Amino acid sequence: MAKNERDPIIVAEDVHKWFGNFHALRGISLTVRRGEVVVICGPSGSGKSTFIRTINRLEEHQRGRIVVDGIELTNDLRNIEAIRREIGMVFQQFNLFPHLTVLQNITLAPIWVRKMRRSEAEKLAMELLERVGIPEQAHKYPGQLSGGQQQRVAIARALAMQPKIMLFDEPTSALDPEMIKEVLDVMRELARSGMTMIVVTHEMGFAREVADRIVFFDEGRLVEEAPPEEFFHNPKHERTKLFLSQILQH
Amino acid sequence: MTDARADAGAQSYEGEVLPPPTVRVGPLRWLRENLFSSWWNSLLTVGALALLYVVGKGVLPWALAEADWAVIPASLKLLLVGFYPEGELWRVWTVLFLVLGLLGLSAGLWGKLLREAAVIVGSALLVLLGVLLLADWGERLRVGGLALTLFGGMGLGWLLRLRVAPPRQRPWKRVLILCWFFLPVAVVLLLGGIPGSGLLAGVPRTQWGGLLLTFALAVVSIVLCFPLGVLLALGRQSSLPVIRWAAILYIEVIRGVPLVTVLFMASLMLPLFLPSGWRVDNIIRAITAFTLFTAAYIAENVRGGLQAIPKGQIEAAQALGLGPVLTTFLVVLPQALRAVIPANVGQFISLFKDTSLVFIVPLMDFLGIALDIIENPKWGGPAREMLLFVALVYWFFTYFMSHMSRRLERALGVGER
Ligand SMILES: Nc1ncnc2c1ncn2[C@@H]1O[C@H](COP(=O)(O)OP(=O)(O)OP(=O)(O)O)[C@@H](O)[C@H]1O
Ligand SMILES: [Mg+2]
Repeated sequence: MAKNERDPIIVAEDVHKWFGNFHALRGISLTVRRGEVVVICGPSGSGKSTFIRTINRLEEHQRGRIVVDGIELTNDLRNIEAIRREIGMVFQQFNLFPHLTVLQNITLAPIWVRKMRRSEAEKLAMELLERVGIPEQAHKYPGQLSGGQQQRVAIARALAMQPKIMLFDEPTSALDPEMIKEVLDVMRELARSGMTMIVVTHEMGFAREVADRIVFFDEGRLVEEAPPEEFFHNPKHERTKLFLSQILQH
Repeated sequence: MTDARADAGAQSYEGEVLPPPTVRVGPLRWLRENLFSSWWNSLLTVGALALLYVVGKGVLPWALAEADWAVIPASLKLLLVGFYPEGELWRVWTVLFLVLGLLGLSAGLWGKLLREAAVIVGSALLVLLGVLLLADWGERLRVGGLALTLFGGMGLGWLLRLRVAPPRQRPWKRVLILCWFFLPVAVVLLLGGIPGSGLLAGVPRTQWGGLLLTFALAVVSIVLCFPLGVLLALGRQSSLPVIRWAAILYIEVIRGVPLVTVLFMASLMLPLFLPSGWRVDNIIRAITAFTLFTAAYIAENVRGGLQAIPKGQIEAAQALGLGPVLTTFLVVLPQALRAVIPANVGQFISLFKDTSLVFIVPLMDFLGIALDIIENPKWGGPAREMLLFVALVYWFFTYFMSHMSRRLERALGVGER
């Protein structure tokens, strides 16, 4: 079955968000289907982070509807926790827990939230570390790892909850150039395995290769939405053209 | 010879892992780097030496020749346990054996910091009591036994750690932790007795005194004020206004009042709050006062730590599906408490010294008894010797606490950002 025929797993309809008087999201509608990889790009301050953070309710939206895997996001705490268990998130600043070892970082949520047995959780954690390529770092603390290694641990930590959806908020922006590739490789493999992903990134090479769709944000609006080929070669909006010309120059 | 060198060269050329170079610092170089690194530091060094000389010249001849130290061994029992009945002293010894045995076993099994603590306590015990202060051979023997229990326990724990595979060590560790948990109960029952039972006659708490009382007050207050302080700090951050305002009110009121006042309040006003039939003994009044007082300061320290936790930590925990309670106890508090170890231990040290204010309640703690002895005409007022000794004992314990806190901080700091 082609990806665009599968059932939608995230449906956002007319999502609005204000910070005080500032209208940060101005009616975003986006549907993501199972197994799809959607890349979000756009200028700084356009609301990319705010939007993906509304999907797991790190930010609350004030108008519109967000439905994740059949559950609508409301103020009901049980709904929010149920949805967060299905969504993994990777942050620009890694946000690993510095007081725990790599292994403990990864097993924390499976043990306490999924009530998994410790031995089982550790086995799972080692498999995930194997998958992101750093099993030998299991007993170190995050502060002892390079940025690229930390971000790969953060990915493993999110995967340990066996989520159906992964959100990435500029996962490589805080990394030195030589470490970007090792993180992108992991994400590429993850996309190939069929994970549903929303990725905010400026890595256009990655977007071109992996994304099913690219979404362009500007000033809190979703301006353009297209498959990579079309997005790069035949953008419709002036704003998108300007953005692409700026970003592709570098 | 040349072969070996060529080998070594080839090895490092190929990027083999080499041990780090060892740096040896000779005494002259050490002097130059640490004491005479600049003209200003040299001046400070010379000044400090001169000061040491003047003080030493004044104190040492007196301490070695003139001072009459006999008063200390002679009144040691009073200083250490107050008016605890002579016939029941075996209970105090038993408590010491219990505590040191447990400390030794834990030190052996866990190693690291605990081992260092055990070694310091053990050596101090041997030197101070065993050699310097106790004249009676029976008591010396018992101190020897204590040291043997401590170090024997350590050996045993160490053997366990060497011979038993780590996963099978867990039940042992659990048993030991459980023992520590029940230790306070055992200690209170042993020292206080079980009134009415034939086995352990009750020892009225009015007879507890000296260093024993100082310890009881400090340890119990520390153990109680810490969780209370953490709860207050969390309350102060609560999103529920009622809880937040109650916590702020409590903290600010207590911090605006001197400890002496709180002690007076506890001794004079506590009975007013309690139903008329209740009688609360002085020790519990004092502990209540110390706990309530110190908790407010702990709360402020912990609040500082809580505020220093980056928002990203909480978001990461939430994104993993941890609820507010788990986020607080698994992610936020462990980091916040770690960051404020020095401040909190400073507070505990203050508390330990401030227990000497219990003469207000009134109780006879270590300092209280020492002052009492000085005033006793039998000794002709050996004030200097006594006060120096008391100061030394307080210093030893407070320094021990601050030393262990620094070590704990460093041990927990491994791999921090
Ligand atoms: N907590 C907040 N309070 C007030 N304003 C905020 C808050 N978070 C974001 N904003 C504002 O909302 C707008 C969108 O922010 P957002 O972080 O979503 O942008 P972004 O597209 O992710 O930008 P960048 O590429 O710089 O990460 C910005 O103008 C920002 O200043
Ligand atoms: Mg952003």
